Amino acid sequence: MELNKYQQELFDKQRPTVEKFGAKTWMWSLFFLAWIGLGGYALYLQIAVGHTVTGMRDNVVWGLYIANFIFFIGISYAGAVISGILHILKVEWRKPIIRIAEMITVISTIIGPIFILLCIGRLDRLHHLFLYPRLQSPITWDVFAIGTYFAGSVIFLYLALIKDFAILRDAKLNVPKWKQHLYKFLAIGYRGTKGQNRHINISTNLMAIMIVPLAIIVHSVLSWIFGMTLRPGWHSTIFGPYFVLAAIYSGTGVLIMAMWVYRKMYKLYDYITDQHFVYLGYIMMVLGAGYGYFTFSEYLTDWFASEKWVSEVLEKMFNPAKYGWYFLYSNVFGILIPVLVVAIPFTRKPGIIALASTFMVLALWIKRYLIIVPTLESPLLPMQDTRMEYVKYSATWVEWALTLAGVATFFLFFTIMSKIVPIVPISEFGDKEKNPEAPTDATKENNSNPV
Amino acid sequence: MKPEEKLKDNSRLEFLKTAAIATVGTLACGSLVCSCSKKEAPKSQKVKLLSPEGEIVEVDSDYLNHQEHMAIISKLEAREGIAGKKFVMVVDLSRCKNARKCVNACQKWHYRGEDTEWLTVKLMKDSEKGAPYWFPKQCFHCDNPPCVKVCPVDATYKRDDGLVLIDNERCIGCKFCMAACPYSTRVFNWDEPEIPDYIQGQPYSAETGIPAKIGTVEKCDFCPDRSREGLLPPCVEACPNGVFYFGDENEDTVTNGDETVSFTQLIKDGGAYRFQEELGTKPRVYYLPPKNRQFPVERGYEALPDKLKDRFRDVMEGSGEI
Repeated sequence: MELNKYQQELFDKQRPTVEKFGAKTWMWSLFFLAWIGLGGYALYLQIAVGHTVTGMRDNVVWGLYIANFIFFIGISYAGAVISGILHILKVEWRKPIIRIAEMITVISTIIGPIFILLCIGRLDRLHHLFLYPRLQSPITWDVFAIGTYFAGSVIFLYLALIKDFAILRDAKLNVPKWKQHLYKFLAIGYRGTKGQNRHINISTNLMAIMIVPLAIIVHSVLSWIFGMTLRPGWHSTIFGPYFVLAAIYSGTGVLIMAMWVYRKMYKLYDYITDQHFVYLGYIMMVLGAGYGYFTFSEYLTDWFASEKWVSEVLEKMFNPAKYGWYFLYSNVFGILIPVLVVAIPFTRKPGIIALASTFMVLALWIKRYLIIVPTLESPLLPMQDTRMEYVKYSATWVEWALTLAGVATFFLFFTIMSKIVPIVPISEFGDKEKNPEAPTDATKENNSNPV
Repeated sequence: MKPEEKLKDNSRLEFLKTAAIATVGTLACGSLVCSCSKKEAPKSQKVKLLSPEGEIVEVDSDYLNHQEHMAIISKLEAREGIAGKKFVMVVDLSRCKNARKCVNACQKWHYRGEDTEWLTVKLMKDSEKGAPYWFPKQCFHCDNPPCVKVCPVDATYKRDDGLVLIDNERCIGCKFCMAACPYSTRVFNWDEPEIPDYIQGQPYSAETGIPAKIGTVEKCDFCPDRSREGLLPPCVEACPNGVFYFGDENEDTVTNGDETVSFTQLIKDGGAYRFQEELGTKPRVYYLPPKNRQFPVERGYEALPDKLKDRFRDVMEGSGEI
């Protein structure tokens, strides 16, 4: 593979990252592994003793795990939708950040479903999902949708990686034998011929077009697990689009966070520029406004009609002694702050946008918790139970440990991936594409094939 | 099958036990089942059984598991239901004084602990000024069951005779049905259920829900195993006030054990309603409103132990009646 000037520069920049694992990285990895180990112990307890070690009981049958599930599938939208749409629109500045976005997608699509498995009482019977599938059940839809989506996003990420693997294979890197073999294997014989290039371009375009509707299906189906039930706060017609929008929104937030961390960690200031944060900030702002609109219309309709059962859930959301503060936080930091930070030129800076994104992502996690728990704590019939744990849900250390293990897995996968593949795609950089700040004309895209 | 030969082979004893039970379970006629499932079968007595080949064989009674009550039907039958039946229940709220005999009888019959209430009695208060009343609640066995719709593995299903049952050997424990049921009917085995030794090895049947299984969902099943024997569910039998009328919609008869009446007449005269009709689930349980009550609501409260009183304290004290 021959590299042009800019590609060579980018390669040299990222070479040490790929070549050396480093003491610091080991330390981080071990730290994450320790968390995962604790989660493993928690999981062992949950399987050996039963789900009684969690805070879930007959009324609140789902808790943290499902919130995490929605959250991780949500942030996977970073790669699927953001990267997919930017690819379809041939937005030039996407190139340095798509790898991060697509890695978020693949990793969180692995972690998300693990959390739904944690809710399942009989993991030994998982094969029943395939032995006796019932198409009427939204869970069956989910199994198929997420399975397809995962396969799609792995292919999408891999297609963008093949050229880089070829570069790494030919670069005579100072890496162990197995790693060289890995690059050779993963590059699947790519030599940069015209035909090969054309195939990859066509496939990438096709995948970009397919991944967007797939992602929309996944989160709609996910929302329907709740929307299809006769429960206040769940049984809502806007749940599909509401979930999809919230997912893209939180995905953008995580992408901004990841960009900020990588830029700082690997000194990629020349490639992930301030302008990237501003552009993604704009996207986040628009999505935030849309998400705010959905939130507003959802709660306004419920509150205005004030049906008895629905009002019970709303009362829990608005009451400071119950979930009031969480609800307030999720709306102030989940809608107002991110929108304002980007809207005001003075605060439109990478650090502040990244910070606002962090708060926003947390707010959206809390929002998912608020979708699950207060509704389940408001059954139609009075609970009239004297066992506190049956009346009010509070997560146990087992659930928190597994939640943290999920987050740690996310970071660990990211750390490992960044040591195997270049975070900023090298092959994507043509002559004109080094400086994304320079106005580029989308029509100059040198892909020869029409979409 | 020649049992005498196989008895010599110790390794096959277990097999024989299972085979004998299966033979009883699936092929023997009702009277034969009764005669060999009696608890106090004399020791070392030969019992006649029908083999799968249709021969009558004699087996030493020591090699049989003696069951309290056990599965006498196949998995397929447990899915299809009792032919020609359409089970229905009418609950007369004016007669309930929260004696809780139904709850206890249910727990006893199904070998469930005191915390597991497939049948619960709620204290309802419909409006601010309304008078509270006792509200016993089983599974409604809805004709449009939201729980069955969402099950991903067909573990919970609707039968032709109207019952909604759960196959605890298929249930994966996702709890989606519990989230979908608007009536909080279903309970989950959060830890290993405590099962008496003598039913531990009993073959499982969805009609009895015995033995209970960890990590799966269970609920009131309207006791079809008792219906097959011509008996009423234990809750109906145990009620001292005849609150529950259980019967067959096709025959248009329901009975509370004391009196047998026409189902249509009963719900017509009593002004019966179904709980939360507007949810569209079409329950198979009808309620007669708590009008002209036989007992003051306090009767069911004061007699309760403190632990149970706590459940209803809010409603009772809020109502200004105590």
